[in-house]
Amino acid sequence: MRQKRAPNISTALGLVKDGDVIFFGGFGRAGVPVSLILGLVEMGLKDLTIVANGGGEDDSPMAEVLKCGAVRKVICTFPYARDSAIFRNLYHSGKIELELVPQGTLAERIRNAGSGLGGFLTPTALGTEIAKGKPHIEVEGKTYVLEKPLHADIALIKANKADPRGNLTYRQAARNFNPLMAMAARYTVALINKEVSLGDINPTEVVTPGIYVDCYVIDTGNFIE
Amino acid sequence: MRTTPVPYDRLLSRNTIAKRVAADLQAGWVVNLGIGMPLLTTKYVTPEQDIIFHSENGIIGMGPPPASHDEDNDLIDAGDNLATLIAGAALVNHADSFALARGGRLNCAVLGAYQVADNGDLANWRLPDNSTGNIGGAMDIATGANTVFVMMTHITKAGIPKLTKTLTYPVTTLACVGKIFTDMAVISVTEKGYRLDETAPGITVDEVMAFTDAPLDISANLCDVAL
Repeated sequence: MRQKRAPNISTALGLVKDGDVIFFGGFGRAGVPVSLILGLVEMGLKDLTIVANGGGEDDSPMAEVLKCGAVRKVICTFPYARDSAIFRNLYHSGKIELELVPQGTLAERIRNAGSGLGGFLTPTALGTEIAKGKPHIEVEGKTYVLEKPLHADIALIKANKADPRGNLTYRQAARNFNPLMAMAARYTVALINKEVSLGDINPTEVVTPGIYVDCYVIDTGNFIE
Repeated sequence: MRTTPVPYDRLLSRNTIAKRVAADLQAGWVVNLGIGMPLLTTKYVTPEQDIIFHSENGIIGMGPPPASHDEDNDLIDAGDNLATLIAGAALVNHADSFALARGGRLNCAVLGAYQVADNGDLANWRLPDNSTGNIGGAMDIATGANTVFVMMTHITKAGIPKLTKTLTYPVTTLACVGKIFTDMAVISVTEKGYRLDETAPGITVDEVMAFTDAPLDISANLCDVAL
């Protein structure tokens, strides 16, 4: 069996390169792969596209990646948190592009990418500036907006337990975008709270099957059952 | 020029509006609450109502905020506030969470608003002067919910009516709002436009009309806000 455990963060991030599209899992403070995101800061990367729910509040790990100049574009649902001066300054000075996506559409675009689908029809955003320029398609008398799949080169996600095959479980509401992102990236790196032995995760409790996980790294000292 | 003074001394408090909204949630409903003022509604639902609160970050059956010894950073609501689960709650991923909203399982969404038009158009994501804003889950939730209740102050801090004939702010979702609960009144959106159902105690119909930028049909059963 291939060894999926990486010895440290920098090894886990070894395949990240300039110009990559990178998913950041998490919503609010839950399920954020903090040390993986912070690991990008010292790599001297350029022209990244970051896909995340938020635009990176000033005290968030994403803001550190924005600050170091590695990001060209952000795809998110909620760019203006209470404290988001770092994002605002970069956006308003034209240093980063923003693609604003409704949250359910973002989740579904990622699920589409991981499911081999070419897009989906949603009633969300009809009549809004978000739907402008996108194909509108009528099905059974109802009009929908065509939204396309959203793929990434790398997914950085957070999970609770992992076994050596990379099967993952999540705690509470820390699931959010993480299982979807794991399925939709060419290479998925999971930050986990605890590694368990093969067979220690009941197959009925696996949320992300290990086939979607290329590599995991242990976040020491965070495990809560 | 608006000559009617704002009846500051008779406006309903945020908690009173929340209490009034809670009374309109039907037993067994699945309800999503927008961040901010709508979250106060949880304080006023009764156990008999058995409301199942949905939070779009994957919670079906969200409980009240936790006691300090019970805090868990992996358990938050859509506004990143610490939350709890009720007995019999379920947790799903983000795609499934929005699937239930668009799929018709969300009975009601209670949302804040910058502006509502009298055909039910909702604006709550971007101020016209800003180059961008926060959509979050608002467009999907307002589109998917079977009914949308708006909970807001009747006028802006500058005294500008938020209930208008048509939107001048960027639209979130077209023709979705069913009922509006403000600090002055309860107003339904009907096929003919706004209908004034209830006024805050001490607030007159003329005052509500003065601070509403659209025609108001007066309900035959007009009464004080029922508390």
